[in-house]
Amino acid sequence: MPAQGLGTLIAPDGNEETMKRPLAVLALALLLAACTNGSEEETPQQLTLISHDSFVGSVNEETFASFTAETGIQVEVIAAGDAGSMVNQAILTKDNPLADVLFGVDDTFLSRALGADVFVDYRSEGVDSLASDFKQGTYTVTPISYGDVCFNYDKAFFEEAQLPIPENIDALLRGEYAGLVTVEHPATSSAGLAFMLATIARYREAGWLEWWERMRDADVSVVADWDSAYYGEFTRYGGSSPIVMSYASSPPAEVIFSEEPLTEAPTGVIESSCYRQVEYAGILDGTPYPEAAGQLIDFMLSKEFQETIPLTWFVFPVNKDAELPQEFVDHTIIPAEPLRLDPEVVAENREQWIDQWIEVMEG
Amino acid sequence: MPKRVSWGWLAVAALPTFFIGYFFLYPLARILYLGLSELSLGFSGLEARLIRVGWFTLWQAALSTLLTFLVAAPLTWAVSTFRFKGRALVMALVTVPFVLPTVVVGTAFVSIGFSDSIWSILAAHVFFNVAVVVRTVSAVWSRIDPDLYDTARSSGATEWMVFRYVTFPLLKPALAAAASIVFLFTFTSFGVVLILGGFQYATLEVEIYRQAVTLFDLPLAAALAIVQIAGVTGALYAYSRYQERHTVQWALEAGDNLRLPTTKETVYLWSVTSITLGALAVPLVVLVSRSLSGSFYRALFEDDRVIGTPIASVANSLLFAVVAMALATVIGVLASTVIALRQGTLSRWFDLTLMLPLGTSAVTIGFGFIVALGWPIDLRASLWLVPIAHALVAVPFVVRTTVPTLRAIPSELREAASSFGATSLQVWRFVDLPLARRSMLVGASFAFVISLGEFGATSFIARPNTATIPTMIFRLLSRPGGQSFGMAMALAVILAGLCTAVIMAIDRRGETGTF
Repeated sequence: MPAQGLGTLIAPDGNEETMKRPLAVLALALLLAACTNGSEEETPQQLTLISHDSFVGSVNEETFASFTAETGIQVEVIAAGDAGSMVNQAILTKDNPLADVLFGVDDTFLSRALGADVFVDYRSEGVDSLASDFKQGTYTVTPISYGDVCFNYDKAFFEEAQLPIPENIDALLRGEYAGLVTVEHPATSSAGLAFMLATIARYREAGWLEWWERMRDADVSVVADWDSAYYGEFTRYGGSSPIVMSYASSPPAEVIFSEEPLTEAPTGVIESSCYRQVEYAGILDGTPYPEAAGQLIDFMLSKEFQETIPLTWFVFPVNKDAELPQEFVDHTIIPAEPLRLDPEVVAENREQWIDQWIEVMEG
Repeated sequence: MPKRVSWGWLAVAALPTFFIGYFFLYPLARILYLGLSELSLGFSGLEARLIRVGWFTLWQAALSTLLTFLVAAPLTWAVSTFRFKGRALVMALVTVPFVLPTVVVGTAFVSIGFSDSIWSILAAHVFFNVAVVVRTVSAVWSRIDPDLYDTARSSGATEWMVFRYVTFPLLKPALAAAASIVFLFTFTSFGVVLILGGFQYATLEVEIYRQAVTLFDLPLAAALAIVQIAGVTGALYAYSRYQERHTVQWALEAGDNLRLPTTKETVYLWSVTSITLGALAVPLVVLVSRSLSGSFYRALFEDDRVIGTPIASVANSLLFAVVAMALATVIGVLASTVIALRQGTLSRWFDLTLMLPLGTSAVTIGFGFIVALGWPIDLRASLWLVPIAHALVAVPFVVRTTVPTLRAIPSELREAASSFGATSLQVWRFVDLPLARRSMLVGASFAFVISLGEFGATSFIARPNTATIPTMIFRLLSRPGGQSFGMAMALAVILAGLCTAVIMAIDRRGETGTF
């Protein structure tokens, strides 16, 4: 067998495909015989949605209940590890997808998935109700939610130490904040990666490494993942950093999941440090039910579903008509001008940037 | 005399062969082929990086193994020699670290001052692996016939000489077995290195994850996976040669030969036990105290709007653990029978292959599953893959604990049974099984706790939305808020308690002789 590149392996003419072709033809024939109109797609009993663990972890019976009530279609959810692992799995199973719909691919991994052609184009009617930030000219994948990765600070610490809250990330270079900041590693954490991109968006390619170099000299602490940063290093949980890289939704979560009822969030967000990540859903190429899959994406864009997003997995709705729960209105901000980078540029440079970051930070 | 192909042996070997072939070798071959076929020549700087990462992986594993033995030795002596109140509890408690999720132990270690250094990595490796040494070695040590000691003593040997020339040679196979497992575990260390190592350190496992998942460099990841497997194979080959040369047949006792300690020995015994358990308990104490600082246990029984009732995950975990233990024990015992009783090259490679999953990265196994298991039955996102993945990692424990004992059974015993007309099955049932039962149970209990602790192997498998205790802990820990954190700690303590209870129950079955 000639050596195949990944490109040809994931094209629909691999070995496995030929093996299954007779079966597929038979199935198709039966399907055609069963339908009076050959071009109509039969309504499936069930659709499968693949996503990353953090989304799947918060799916419960209610999540898709009204979709099932409306269409008669059940939604089965498959967990595929972290976001990177999920995109990899989608690419590796392109010939024979594991699911009909994939949700949870974000800006940083999107071009990789698009480049491997794992999705079929779909333009939902719901895109008309997207907030203007998320509108695109053409749609392959559909934006569903967004989250801002931002520095959080421990209000109690700053009050007690009588330190001013840093107004932006330039301020973090001042001596008074030396040793007080924790970030996640960009190679092992999506929050870490997002913040590395934030510094590139802020200081451009010419200046970002210098900022990191100075932070390194100011004893910034770098940890593997969000859990270690938030529950290991944050002063609020007994650590030694009053400033950690987390999310814009963390302060309202602190209120909702507090031990004692709180009227004010114990943490705050440094607005100008926020970097925006959008998460998308797409119809996987090879699904026998593209129409039903489209309906599921329409549902995920609906006002009803969008309004459940904040309190379920703590990100924000992209539908401009969706109202935020009170906790989110009271305890956090939605940055007016979050830092962003073009996904194409990110895809092209991600690896090189991470390498450069490692070189500076690890010496 | 030409050897006849024995159909009986083929039948015994069939299930383990299918299991390891279909769920490990085939997926492995598919994913490596996929990666390597894309291999373009000339990675810049690859060799230097590979040498650095490979060398670190190797020496930290060797050093971790050595330190684990040093820490475990006194306690192993105590539980292998003496009968004392609380011995069963000690044996169970020492296993608790084994089930705790790395992230939970990681935050506890950080809070007591371990972070960002090689010492933190080594300390955590010792913490996780002491149980392997204590349980594997004591299963043999406690059953050495005391007549052997008395004979040596009566011919004038000192206690040291008795240990050096009687005990130690008999323990060599079990020591080597424990060493091989600890080495493989630490060789493929992932979470510990990431969370406690700072970033100067990367094992091959970490590097494979980074290349495959973060950077999408599948070819480089495949190349690294091959280096990892080659390293593991080399270590295992050396181990199996050693094991064969040091097999000793000796009159094995079916039960424990423990004695009551003298007054002086009681002092030693309890200082050793309390120091070792005390050291292991420090991170646990942190967990328990955190879990008690609010009404977190009660909250575990309440319905959470988002993640459901956390305590419900206990039932899922127990179910997976029972299935994984059954699979691993049946397959492991069948395989051990073949390995122990059929010497030779084929048997040696069979043994080595069964050990490989323990030394193969979780990314490789997970991605292998999804490219290989779609046909003829699509198992790729099946719930069965979870216990199967656990069993892949657990079979080596059953094999490593069972083989040394089966090999130690004198062949005359079996021959005598056959000469009285016993069939092979009867010989196995009435000679091998009673003598090896204890070791098999040690392996089975490891299989159970491996599944209960849901080792990293499952994190790259596509799977239905079924919450186990560790995944529920991750869910709680992935959202901010004091209540979430406290509940995660409380659930971790319940996991530890469950592990203790199950291990004690399994150990008791071993002692009362019902299998």
